[in-house]
Amino acid sequence: MRLLRIVPDDTKFDFMRFRRISFPLSALLSILAISLYFFHGLNFGIDFRGGTLLEVRQTEGVADLAKMRATIATLGLGEAQLQQFGGPSEVLIRIAEQPGGDAAQQQAVTKVKAALGTGVEYRRTEVVGPRVSGELLSYGVVGLGLAILCILVYLWFRFEWQFALGAMIANVHDIVLTIGFMSVTQIDFDLTSIAALLTILGYSLNDTVVIYDRIREMLRRYKKMPMPDLLNASVNQTLSRSVITHVTVSLALLALLLFGGQAIHSFTATMMFGVVLVGTYTSVFIAAPILIYLGVGRGTDALTGPASGKSK
Amino acid sequence: MLYFTRWKAAAIVLTALVVCLCAVPNFFPDATVNSWPKWAQRHLVLGLDLQGGSHILLEVDTNAVRKDKLETTRDDVRRVLRDARVGYTGLVVRGNSVEVRLRDEAASATALTKLRELAVPLGGILGGSGQMSLNVTTEAGNLIRLTVGDAAIIDRVRQSVEQSIQIIERRVNELGTVEPLIQRQGTDRILVQVPGLQDPTRLKELLGKTAKLDFRMVNIGTPVEQALQGRAPPEDDLLYSAAAPKTPYLIEKRVLVSGGELTDAQPGFDQRTSEPIVSFRFNTAGSRKFAQATQENVGKPFAIVLDNEVISAPVIREPILGGSGQISGSFTVQSANDLAILLRAGALPAPLTIIEERTVGPGLGADSIAKGKISSYVGAGMVIVFMLVTYGLFGLFANIAVAINVAMIFGILSLLNATLTLPGIAGIVLTVGIAVDSNVLIYERIREEVRGGRSAINAIDAGFSRALATILDSNITTFIAAAVLFYIGTGPVRGFAVTLGIGIITTVFTAFTVTRLIVATWVRWRRPQHVPI
Repeated sequence: MRLLRIVPDDTKFDFMRFRRISFPLSALLSILAISLYFFHGLNFGIDFRGGTLLEVRQTEGVADLAKMRATIATLGLGEAQLQQFGGPSEVLIRIAEQPGGDAAQQQAVTKVKAALGTGVEYRRTEVVGPRVSGELLSYGVVGLGLAILCILVYLWFRFEWQFALGAMIANVHDIVLTIGFMSVTQIDFDLTSIAALLTILGYSLNDTVVIYDRIREMLRRYKKMPMPDLLNASVNQTLSRSVITHVTVSLALLALLLFGGQAIHSFTATMMFGVVLVGTYTSVFIAAPILIYLGVGRGTDALTGPASGKSK
Repeated sequence: MLYFTRWKAAAIVLTALVVCLCAVPNFFPDATVNSWPKWAQRHLVLGLDLQGGSHILLEVDTNAVRKDKLETTRDDVRRVLRDARVGYTGLVVRGNSVEVRLRDEAASATALTKLRELAVPLGGILGGSGQMSLNVTTEAGNLIRLTVGDAAIIDRVRQSVEQSIQIIERRVNELGTVEPLIQRQGTDRILVQVPGLQDPTRLKELLGKTAKLDFRMVNIGTPVEQALQGRAPPEDDLLYSAAAPKTPYLIEKRVLVSGGELTDAQPGFDQRTSEPIVSFRFNTAGSRKFAQATQENVGKPFAIVLDNEVISAPVIREPILGGSGQISGSFTVQSANDLAILLRAGALPAPLTIIEERTVGPGLGADSIAKGKISSYVGAGMVIVFMLVTYGLFGLFANIAVAINVAMIFGILSLLNATLTLPGIAGIVLTVGIAVDSNVLIYERIREEVRGGRSAINAIDAGFSRALATILDSNITTFIAAAVLFYIGTGPVRGFAVTLGIGIITTVFTAFTVTRLIVATWVRWRRPQHVPI
């Protein structure tokens, strides 16, 4: 049987030359993403903004969105968003946080349930009070920062500081672009989005570490090779693995995206963007070439790395 | 790298087998599993998002606790000074303290000694922090100030949470649901998770009621109208009836008997009117108090007060000596039943507020399981085919290793009695991606070594040893992300972190042992001249 070779053996792409395009491009996209965040904003879900979310299904027939919207508007609960969610009989209702503390949120749910009557089934009810939402947001942000810090320290121990710094720049770049993506698409930004961001972080790092591992190995073996050539060789040697792995991850994500349902749709869509598009690009076009500028130590420094004994 | 001693190979196979076997109970219905020995019963629990149910986070109202503490302190001061026959003019709650102004300076020393006895060490007698519940100070002009510190409030809140958990357990158990989870979170919160509820309204009603029941006398000496104009006597409360129309009553603050002295409460029907009622029974002390109070007040009305609402205010026709009685007051069968549950479970020491609620109906849960299954099967199917097409026989090895990996994840999750949520399933699907990656890393390295001119066995050996270092590095970084996710996450995010973290551990284990053992066995058996990848 002839086996599939997606990437031919011994590719010799000059990835490092692309840095003249990829660096300005990434800088531009990052600035764009940051300005999107500030001027367009994220669509914060109730986890972080507080409020009420109801997923209802009309037990008979198709849900009449306009009628439901009118019914809820009469309740005086302020801003309410209704959207079709999944099938034609299913509706997602979002009600903004009510003034008057935690008890007021519960009263809002009671009112809506009374107004919609018995013709609907309540598939999901989520009520997040003002204090909890504030805590969840700060936990999320702290968590993201903490994760980056922990990983940095680990990489610093395992490699040299230049690698850790390079990986961090690549990471922040991934997160910034993904946040830009969330802002453009206005995907719900909730607790699972934080999970998605952290997973993207993990995956992208995974990829970067694989390439860095190879670079370190090459540094030990070819002490005289110019840095750009050495980086090119490393990326080319790991190219087949990068492509095959990303195809498998994309296949798994694609299955989740197509058949996983609405509940995890925003999660998988974000992952697809972050892992497949950004993560791969970053490790090849940002994380590797940036080492040229960070001045990775040659000779003794690279040899005395903690892993030097292992990969003989 | 390819050589395994006999016992080492046996240890690997045994470990993988035992861990995989831990997943077995999940394939049998609960009833069957329950008949097995205890150690074999560990299995996965479906999360609330998959089986449906309610997640409710309650918080003790710290302000109410503070107010209550200050008011009891004020009452204590009144009682102590009266017993000690010390005259005073003003007795008020101001800010975080109770202030009292003595009439005579000569009594100041006596009063101070007596009032200091009110302060008790915090945190019980043993292991206390050395702080007192009250700080008694004197100021110019015969003023004594008793300050309730923050530490005392926190201590009180902590006690309230502990008592509330027991009471909530009793209340929730009355709903007859399976395996409710009730646990404290932080200092002032309680998490209640009840699986399989269609409608959480009743649960929320049972949780939200303090259920503080008092039997008190109605003040008929003062007209209610006077109180409505804001001139209620200081020893009375102006309360309204629970049922509409809201009728005002003037009720004495003094409590004849409190709900804490009930031993039982049952719903029933009135024999004459066949209206739903709640019948109750006092303990010995309560019976005695109730008998005495009814003997002294025949012909006068008394009130049954629940959470500061008057349920009914009947006139005492004759002394009630048997220690039992009944409450009637426009109940439905359901509300009589709920009141009986609340009275049996006891009153909460402080009001609880719902600060977060997440309820998933059973329909959505079943849909999510179905979707989780389909996407897992499709994802796994595509990955399996892709691996076979790319690596042939070695692809098959990889697929076997990944299958063992997934079985081990389920085994460990079962062993931990972990909860499987929808994001958890997503975590497993992603782990499949990572597990496949470890195989890809090994195989690509072997390909490179072959191209580098090594012999087949040499290349496989070198490929493994070099790739494993990389696998370790890359997985530790992902594991750090999973660990942080677990540490900071709540609910759904935690479920994802758990499966991802366990998945990474099993991935590293399988890459280092199972995959290596499979390939090593194949090499020993076939003695290959070239590597078929």
